[in-house]
Amino acid sequence: MQSEVMFAGFGGQGILLSGKILAHAAMEQGFEVAWIPSYGPEMRGGTAYCLVVISDRPIGSPIIKNPRHLVAMNRPSLEKFAPVVKSGGVVLINSSLIPIRTNRDDIDELMVPATDIAKNLGNVRAANIVALAAFVTRSKIIDFDLLIKSAKEEFAGNEKFILLNMKALEAGKKAAI
Amino acid sequence: MGKILMKGNEAIGEAAIRAGCLNYFAYPITPQSEVSEYLSRRLPEIRGVFLQAESEVAVSYMIFGAAGCGERIFTTSSSPGISLMSEGLSYIASAQLPAVFVNIMRGGPGLGGILPSQGDYFQATKGGGHGDYRLFVMAPSSVQEAVEMVMKAFPLAEKYRNPVMILGDGLIGQMMEPIEFPENLRSEPTNKDQWATNGMATRNSDKPNIVKSLFLDPDELNDHNLLLKAKYERMKREDTKYEPYNLDADYKVLIVSYGTMSRVCRTAIDNMKAEGFEVGMIRPQTLFPFPEKAISDAASKQSCEVVACIEMSMGQMVEDVQRCVLGKRPVKWYGKCGGDVPTPEEVIYVVKSFLDKNKA
Repeated sequence: MQSEVMFAGFGGQGILLSGKILAHAAMEQGFEVAWIPSYGPEMRGGTAYCLVVISDRPIGSPIIKNPRHLVAMNRPSLEKFAPVVKSGGVVLINSSLIPIRTNRDDIDELMVPATDIAKNLGNVRAANIVALAAFVTRSKIIDFDLLIKSAKEEFAGNEKFILLNMKALEAGKKAAI
Repeated sequence: MGKILMKGNEAIGEAAIRAGCLNYFAYPITPQSEVSEYLSRRLPEIRGVFLQAESEVAVSYMIFGAAGCGERIFTTSSSPGISLMSEGLSYIASAQLPAVFVNIMRGGPGLGGILPSQGDYFQATKGGGHGDYRLFVMAPSSVQEAVEMVMKAFPLAEKYRNPVMILGDGLIGQMMEPIEFPENLRSEPTNKDQWATNGMATRNSDKPNIVKSLFLDPDELNDHNLLLKAKYERMKREDTKYEPYNLDADYKVLIVSYGTMSRVCRTAIDNMKAEGFEVGMIRPQTLFPFPEKAISDAASKQSCEVVACIEMSMGQMVEDVQRCVLGKRPVKWYGKCGGDVPTPEEVIYVVKSFLDKNKA
């Protein structure tokens, strides 16, 4: 079984990082993983996306046109990628910044005001972690405990960030239940 | 030690250190600048030498010098940068010095683009620089394989006293995958006395070593070229590597593909197998020496009707495949080189159409 998760949003929203934390956690759970960034001529404020492939077998093609799941942090990302998500996948919509929906009834749509939740926690930059936690909770793609562990390792050495991101993970989890 | 998640470019830098190389001279270029970024931090920590040169031409001659002194040395670059280094590569090959070059290919020609490509196949395997020289060329298809090839490259460069090139593409450099650094691939130079000009007092030999590539006497130059040729023939005999895939099946089509493109083909082959359509593949892991016999043998299998060379270029490796198949089967080509990597679906479509056209 292979799953692919597309993370997409503005440059600066921590898109690549949330993908990396998921890939790391999936690796810890014993899966094969690949993390593929968008690396065209990008700039801050432009669109950024990355794809995380999680599989129980060696991963062949890292090029995936139809990912199973999508975490959309801004409107252009949802408009671009929601139509190509495989039937049955989870589509997380950051409803703080995205006023529209997918208009698809064959996917599991999850509305999470990730940016607002992060603002309430005191730092808007944690929105990516809120969304990641909500996505993992809903999709059950990996164990939530491993997500916590890999986020801690990612922010190792910075207690302030660990504290903030642990709160973000909890808040995201709650938002998805 | 467990596996760690690492970006291809960073893993390549770390692999060189783990192999025992503490010298890196380079000039940054997308999509491999993270190697320099990583090593600029990492090498000073372990008393290695990180040096950003003023240009790629300068890099190649700094490597020439360091290798002549008996130091393990490597550099990384991407397509346009490798073009600039090609003059130095010719001199290093002629002077029979070991060094490791990594090319994380991007689209060309000219400045081209920054996305993945395999357009430097000819440059890597047929020359780039002038004269009758060859590079030992390895092509990884995963981050783990890139790590292992970098670690093996140093002893291979020393075995043949010849530059080794790792030919990856932008995706191998940018992708993160779980990796480990095999302890058994750590090595030390064993034949330094044959070529290092590091002072007579340092070695067990009375023969002075001379680093040079100028041979004005025609007989002497011819002999020198015969000596180089003998080394290239030895590479073919002793170190040709490839991975067979689904060759036990009665395949109708044989794919030849390398690097990132071969992973896409692997998925396509698995999907076709699931619908009862058998396709085999040979994935060259060394591009020079090329797995000539393996391809010839696999193409000769009775069930095989067509050979398909699939690469991210406008048709370069296909010339080598034709050379191996020798007209025994039709050899077709498919490729792209704008930066888009063909999808498994695309590969399935072209493979089937090759077979249909062959029957028509």
